[in-house]
Amino acid sequence: MTTAPQTAATKTAGRSRTVPGPRRVRPRGRIGQTLVYVSLVAASLVVLLPLAVVFLTSLKTSSEATDGGALSLPGNWLNFDNYATAFSDGRMLTAFGNTLFILLFSITGTVLIGSMTAYAIDRFDFRAKKLVMALFLVATLVPGVTTQVATFQVVNSFGLFDTRWAPILLYMGTDIVSIYIFLQFIRGIPVSLDEAARLDGANSFTIYRKIIFPLLKPAIATVVIIKGITVYNDFYIPFLYMPSQELGTVSTALFRFKGPFGAHWENISAGAVLVIVPTLVVFLFLQRYIYNGFAQGATK
Amino acid sequence: MTETTEAVSVKTHRATPQRRGTSPTGGSPRTRRGRDRALRRATPWLFLLAPLALLITFTYVPVGNMIYYSFTDWDGISPDRNFTGVDNYVQIFTRPEIFRVFFVSFYYLGASVVQIAVALYFATVLSFDLRFRNLFKGLLFFPYLINGVAIGFVFLYFFQDGGTLDTVLSWFGQHPDHAWLGDPTSANTSLAGVSVWRYTGLNFVLFLGAIQSIPGELYEAAQLDGATRWEQFRYIIAPSIRPVLSLSVILAISGSLAVFEIPWIMTGGATGTSTFVIQTVKLAFQFNKTGLASAAAVVLLLIILLITWIQRRLVPDEKVDLV
Repeated sequence: MTTAPQTAATKTAGRSRTVPGPRRVRPRGRIGQTLVYVSLVAASLVVLLPLAVVFLTSLKTSSEATDGGALSLPGNWLNFDNYATAFSDGRMLTAFGNTLFILLFSITGTVLIGSMTAYAIDRFDFRAKKLVMALFLVATLVPGVTTQVATFQVVNSFGLFDTRWAPILLYMGTDIVSIYIFLQFIRGIPVSLDEAARLDGANSFTIYRKIIFPLLKPAIATVVIIKGITVYNDFYIPFLYMPSQELGTVSTALFRFKGPFGAHWENISAGAVLVIVPTLVVFLFLQRYIYNGFAQGATK
Repeated sequence: MTETTEAVSVKTHRATPQRRGTSPTGGSPRTRRGRDRALRRATPWLFLLAPLALLITFTYVPVGNMIYYSFTDWDGISPDRNFTGVDNYVQIFTRPEIFRVFFVSFYYLGASVVQIAVALYFATVLSFDLRFRNLFKGLLFFPYLINGVAIGFVFLYFFQDGGTLDTVLSWFGQHPDHAWLGDPTSANTSLAGVSVWRYTGLNFVLFLGAIQSIPGELYEAAQLDGATRWEQFRYIIAPSIRPVLSLSVILAISGSLAVFEIPWIMTGGATGTSTFVIQTVKLAFQFNKTGLASAAAVVLLLIILLITWIQRRLVPDEKVDLV
């Protein structure tokens, strides 16, 4: 039992070690260094400016937003009326509820399915193993956006159209990236653990539940974070499969701001800020995991 | 697809009779061993049952159906559909208004070049010890995490007449009096710019990770040998990020063919900003031309598979061997 947590520990230690690489190499010359900082500050402004303006707009009154310039400051910095409107007329509360519901089920499902698949593929020898691997591998190449035309018919034939189960099943069933993350991690867990448990009379399911699954915690954390952010941000699937107003997710509810609020940019901005803030909070608290997770997710 | 399902059924068939055979007696050692072996053989399939069912239902069945629909004139609703052969494919390649949307991809392809270059520059710069390093890293990456609809609205306001961009330009004495999203060229360029803003962070973090995994001794040795910074980049950094770079190029190409969210949210595909996916979605769900839309999706799928295949040929990637 000791080896696996250790490898996990050394792994994270390796990751958190501050800046390996060209640490001691100082950029030569004052001018070079100044230019580097100038470029960094410029990039930061490019990132921040559009967001800051929307935040400012969200605090303005309707007349301030229409008459004042885009970069003018709001008269009252504590004017949260637009946020109240976004919640009441924009159905943001329902949207957050729906998104939470979908997140809960699809993340649980993804973790279970991904870890089970990884366990079966890594710990067992069976015929058609190569074929199963190939099926999962080829599926990564099929971009989800292209197949929705036909996926729609499948979902519809199950009677799941316009229910929250349609996106849940789709998020669960088409996530191959997380399977790879689990697969990579499970290889680091020594097989001797399984064998020891088997000698003690544990069957495969017990081994999965009592030994493998708990040791997969770091991988589970990665998958939960990546999957959570991806599902939270997804627009395409809820847009296609849940047209009902009361089934709006964060993305689709915000998208519907476009119609009723028309040119009321102060309301639309408040909605956008409401959607961005949870992401910002999660990012600030889980920065390191997020960098690693997305790097892992994209290279798989 | 059929092969696996067959394999599954073969396995379970083989497992069940033996299990049934042993149960009444409790089993001589030989049958019990047989039962254990059968159970062991079936075990991986028990774990794979749900994952494979989902994979097949939501990936392979749709792909199969899509190929089938693409040869019909089905409207997606009515029970009858006629087999029309390759007519849909002929339409895609001969009707210019359908094929034209492919050219919009070039804007996004150009944007990805910018995106990769910018990401590479900042990854190199930030791999050195700088003040506020983590702050800059966070700022550059954060846009990638933001909800696409929110980004769409943020930039609709940004490009609005008298909006953020116009205001900033006026500080520098520029007063462009055309609507940024008003004509096809300007609209597509603006939308591609949004895509650079959104996705640079991911490339940046990927490159940064690759650069930081280079052992520090290499730089020290290079410095001792009197290598300049450019030489360090050229001979140490560049070779070690090649796999990630090639991956980014592939993601960029397939990504620029499958652009959907940003133009859909910001312009709805108006003023010549319709992309291939937007057009397919419109064909399928607004004009009920499921057959034609399926053919379009098949074409896109084939192009993306082709690109991936070419990449695998050009850059043999050691990460592909998964078994």
